[in-house]
Amino acid sequence: MATTKKLKAVKINQNHLLGIQDLSFSEVSHILNEAKTYIKLNKSSNKKVDTLRGKTQINLFFEPSTRTQSSFELAGKRLGADVMSMNIVNSAIKKGETLIDTAMTLNAMHPDIIVVRHQDSGAPNLLAQKVNCSVINAGDGRREHPTQALLDALTIINRRGKVEGLKIAICGDILHSRVARSNIYLMNMLGAEVNVVAPKTLLPHSIELLGVKVFTDMKKGLDGCDIVMMLRLQSERMQGSFLPSHREYYEYFGLTPDKLEVAKKDALIMHPGPMNRGVEIDTNLADDINRSVIREQVELGVAIRMACLKIFCKKN
Amino acid sequence: MKEKYLINARIIDPKNNIDEIGGLIIDEKGNIKATGKKVVCDNLPSKSEKIDLKNKILIPGLVDMRVFVGEPGYEYKENFRTLSNAALSGGVTSVVSMPNTLPVIDNISMVDFLKRRGRDKSRINIYPTASLTKNTEGKQMTEFGLLQRKGISAFTDGDKAVQNPQLMSRIMNFASQSNSLIIQHAEDSILASGGLINDGEISTRLGLQGIPALAEKIIVERDLSLLEEYFCRYHISQISSEKTVSIIKKAKKEGKIFSTGVSINNLSLNENDIGDFKTFLKLSPPLRTEDDRKSLVEAINDGTIDVIVSDHKPQDEESKRLTFAQAATGAVGIETLLPLALELYHNKSINLNKLICTMTSNPAKILGIKKGSLDIGSDADLCILDINKPWVVKKSDLMSKSKNTPIEDRKLQGQIMKTFVKGELAFERT
Repeated sequence: MATTKKLKAVKINQNHLLGIQDLSFSEVSHILNEAKTYIKLNKSSNKKVDTLRGKTQINLFFEPSTRTQSSFELAGKRLGADVMSMNIVNSAIKKGETLIDTAMTLNAMHPDIIVVRHQDSGAPNLLAQKVNCSVINAGDGRREHPTQALLDALTIINRRGKVEGLKIAICGDILHSRVARSNIYLMNMLGAEVNVVAPKTLLPHSIELLGVKVFTDMKKGLDGCDIVMMLRLQSERMQGSFLPSHREYYEYFGLTPDKLEVAKKDALIMHPGPMNRGVEIDTNLADDINRSVIREQVELGVAIRMACLKIFCKKN
Repeated sequence: MKEKYLINARIIDPKNNIDEIGGLIIDEKGNIKATGKKVVCDNLPSKSEKIDLKNKILIPGLVDMRVFVGEPGYEYKENFRTLSNAALSGGVTSVVSMPNTLPVIDNISMVDFLKRRGRDKSRINIYPTASLTKNTEGKQMTEFGLLQRKGISAFTDGDKAVQNPQLMSRIMNFASQSNSLIIQHAEDSILASGGLINDGEISTRLGLQGIPALAEKIIVERDLSLLEEYFCRYHISQISSEKTVSIIKKAKKEGKIFSTGVSINNLSLNENDIGDFKTFLKLSPPLRTEDDRKSLVEAINDGTIDVIVSDHKPQDEESKRLTFAQAATGAVGIETLLPLALELYHNKSINLNKLICTMTSNPAKILGIKKGSLDIGSDADLCILDINKPWVVKKSDLMSKSKNTPIEDRKLQGQIMKTFVKGELAFERT
């Protein structure tokens, strides 16, 4: 009960969840605590509540997505909202309509919340300026994927009790990764020590200024780590050659039992999915029930998204 | 036309080393008859027109070396009439127009059209450029000799660089015999491909693909190497980074002859101004770091950079109301060129004479035109300036057809009060 009282005191200052960069520590704690209450609900036989009954949620996905879109859809439905997922392939966007026009059209239908994924960084920010409802960023370009970072934090807390003081390595295609950026901001905010490990061609400019230590040697980067977050090699975003081959990448940057040895004995393996087995991660490690929490991440993703929908849903 | 006596002014004419209190006489043909401290109130002939400038500053009308007009093809962004009005309100009396129209200015039949439209619809002097290569495709050079004979002032692919070094060497070689001025927009298109803003911490945070400073430097280095073998009149349109400044400084010290420009945007803004994905600040070359900006200011002071341009690129609202990646590149700036540049005078970064020089006599010299000075006998193209007048930039006040200013709501000090073209009062601020 004490915690509930504390929670009510927290005020979320914004209507939109555009990125971890915009959140304060107390806002993050509020979201994480709220999500914890949904973990149990999602395991029970009656998974539905009426928190968002009468509210309308539109999922606007401009990029293909399986887990994030279904996770948001399920989250909205379990909270009792009416959820509509826009299929962009058949929409006016393909007929040349601009993002703002699409937003204005949807806005006229009075949704309470729009969940958006877009290939262009900053697209949710543009949307948020134009619509009356709340906007939740489900991933924009290379910039942010806030709910992914929040569910990663929840997974870590669920297993380790806290994030503070842990040593976390984020490995792989940092350059193209919004998951990496959101996680760097969030894990730093929660008091972890963050290493990034990647080949030089997949490191963004001045990444060290975001508060991370940079490694190009997997064994040095994983040394003594509590958490190993692997990223998907985003070949679809790569124009031109960044790497000699998948084989060479796996040899030096793929997570294998041999490289994992330098991390803590009980180090957890995470991955935002979908995985390229045998490219960034050894297939047996990915399925190792003692080390890998990859499926738990998916499970807790629904809880995090329920918390975010509840907290950010436009208050009338 | 009556003779005009412009009196009670501070006359600044960098080309003739004049900075003194006095006046200027415009003869019946619209030419400058006399200038300086000798022109005072007590010796006015009765039949002449007297204009008291009330201690304002009189400088030559500005020459802007980089301006995009929408004609033909993009009239909805800017036409000659709206450009002319915008230019005059900014004290600009001569512009070099870019060839990136629809169709591209790459053949002689287009030049007559441009000259006719420019003459009929605008009151300013238009110096049209033609493209370096057919349709700016970077494959086949245009007819330098024939185009020049029709009245083309210089050759440039405008917002593109010639990527092929073999073609570039032949362009320079050919240009040296036709005595053509070659203007390069220095950016390696492959290094810059997909890039949206400066490659650095901001691009990492915003998740926008970066354009490395190297993309600019590498083309400048290449062209300066080519210039050693194939000397011609060569001008770098505008540069943006400290790296390029040091290359140019070194080359000039070695005695290489060429010239360099910079956009007022890169002198007055930096990448931090992009803030929350402001598409009006999506520019080419991109805004870079504060250190880069400072190095560009320093390069004006030490003569490494010769010219300041507005890089006036009108874009309609629809092409900017998009995500940053989808939005068009460029900003309007011809109206605010001088007032924004004066910020650098007021904050003591650049002295007034130098500043005016880079927007008058220097570009005129590079272009080989009789403009940008108060030479006796030259056209009386003049700009009258209140150097201390404070004002705020508002989109709604802009004369340009497009309103994509990167400095909306900026407080500036210094405003153009009157503009004369060929001795006629063409603009007056009330």
